[in-house]
Amino acid sequence: MAAPTLTPPAPRLASVSRGGRRPRRRLKDNVTAYAFLAGGLLCFGLFSWYPAGRALVLAFQQSNSVDSATWVGLDNFRLLFDDPEFGAAWRNTFAFTGLALVIGFAVPFALAVLLNELRHAKAFFRLAVYLPVMIPPVVTALLWKWFYDPGPGLFNEVLRFLHLPTSEWTNSTRTALVSLVLVATWANMGGTVLIYLAALQAIPGELYEAAELDGASIWQRIRHVTIPQTRFVMLMLLLLQIVATMQVFTEPFVMTGGGPEDATITVLYLIYKYAFVYLDYGSACALSAMLLAFLGVFSALYLWVTREAT
Amino acid sequence: MRTLVSASVLARHRGLYWTIFGGTVGAFVLAFLFPVYWMVVGAMKSPEELVRTPPTLVPSEWHPGTYRDAWGTMDLTTHLTNTVVQAAGAWVLQLVFCTLAAYALSRLRPAFGRVILGGILATLMVPASALLVPKYLTVVDLPLVHLNLLNSPWAIWLPAVANAFNLYLLKRFFDQLPAELLEAAEIDGAGAVRRLWHVVLPLSRPVLGVVSIFAVVAVWQDFLWPLLVFTDTNKSPISVALVQLSNDLPVSQLIAAMVIASVPMIALFLIFQRHIIAGIGAGSVKG
Repeated sequence: MAAPTLTPPAPRLASVSRGGRRPRRRLKDNVTAYAFLAGGLLCFGLFSWYPAGRALVLAFQQSNSVDSATWVGLDNFRLLFDDPEFGAAWRNTFAFTGLALVIGFAVPFALAVLLNELRHAKAFFRLAVYLPVMIPPVVTALLWKWFYDPGPGLFNEVLRFLHLPTSEWTNSTRTALVSLVLVATWANMGGTVLIYLAALQAIPGELYEAAELDGASIWQRIRHVTIPQTRFVMLMLLLLQIVATMQVFTEPFVMTGGGPEDATITVLYLIYKYAFVYLDYGSACALSAMLLAFLGVFSALYLWVTREAT
Repeated sequence: MRTLVSASVLARHRGLYWTIFGGTVGAFVLAFLFPVYWMVVGAMKSPEELVRTPPTLVPSEWHPGTYRDAWGTMDLTTHLTNTVVQAAGAWVLQLVFCTLAAYALSRLRPAFGRVILGGILATLMVPASALLVPKYLTVVDLPLVHLNLLNSPWAIWLPAVANAFNLYLLKRFFDQLPAELLEAAEIDGAGAVRRLWHVVLPLSRPVLGVVSIFAVVAVWQDFLWPLLVFTDTNKSPISVALVQLSNDLPVSQLIAAMVIASVPMIALFLIFQRHIIAGIGAGSVKG
């Protein structure tokens, strides 16, 4: 199967030095270049750079849609710390991310290792595992909400059929968060599996051959060849997954509304609530700034790791 | 190609291989295909049958008309058109402006180009959710011109252009194009626009394909941002409409609408699966 690659058709050659040009020509080049950049820069300015700065300003202001903003120092942060939902939101977000890593990190890796060994129906496995990724997240959330229905939902019907105890799923504070993690894992696993598969296929076969000659068992080969050879991809996916799952919103919003009893309220959900339910933009931005500071570390690590490697 | 288990070991354990293979196929069908089957078929059950215990694996009566009813009650013509318009506009604008900017940064090397690239890459570090509220406030009242973009597709189109990931993907690709081709075109008197149009773009079809798919899929699947900027339900895309109308609909019609909302994405995937799978690798492994 000749998959299209993202490598250009010819190797890179050293580019010719541009020194020694006349200044007028250089000016004209610059004008052209900035004409090309204008549209992109305008959009980045309006929708990335300006909002990022504004978030930091608004975090220290009282702001709603009616009155003009006033400086309030750290009041927004104090208000947040006094809100019981604030602690719940961070706890749930960390628990969600932790559970998503426990399930969502090991399972796709094991699956990719298994799929890489299967010699048949490769296309089927790839299509099937990636199918949930293409289903719109809203549809996935509504679909699983229906499966989780404690009455005629599919999951409890299956459990009854197997004579196992049924579960309250998203309706109980104990199981609600785990239920949402299952949905997110099902929906997002496909991309991770395919990335691992690509990494596994890049491992030189001689390494396995040499390990086998040395008498290494399958588990030893996984431990000493497969895992070290894919360590970079693992680290990268770990960081990406942390940044993505910390921003979970659609599943709790659609499936549980943050409940029962704040059991599934997340940081992004709370930002949404402050901004669009309480209309307190300042506190919403203060919370955004906290999330930004926390996730910025992981994003920076990710960029650093990928730059080091390329 | 040699993998974990060698071909000779595999040949000696034929039975075990086929057992594991069969088990994996079964597990994949159950985990990934069966939920989709349940959705497609569930929409065609009668309301009584849908809540029957134990449920029926195959509907005893088929009601394909539910799809038509759902289309009517939910006014899917409006919402699908909205989604298509939003996705198409975001796609075109992103392709035009990200390509122009990436080409300028990669090949025209303007003064402060590195600073600008740094600023664009820095936005990759900012989680989208942290910008949600200030971005919303910007869209409500655009600085200087004081336009309100709420309920207008521009609220989707313009922010979509500020996509550092796609821009960087394009820039990296342009960086690796053979320099002598562009130099030759320049010596022949081709200006920057002609070089882009006649040299760079024809060589860049793979990356343009990947960026196109990413752009369309992102808009089609987005939920939170359109939820905020389309306060008028008649303007909202299908994802928002599904959630907002989900409580007022009979379950079977809601499920039918969910299937309809998924069909374009699944069709896109089946048609462009190779590009999509190649894009996943390119997007993440190569950063």
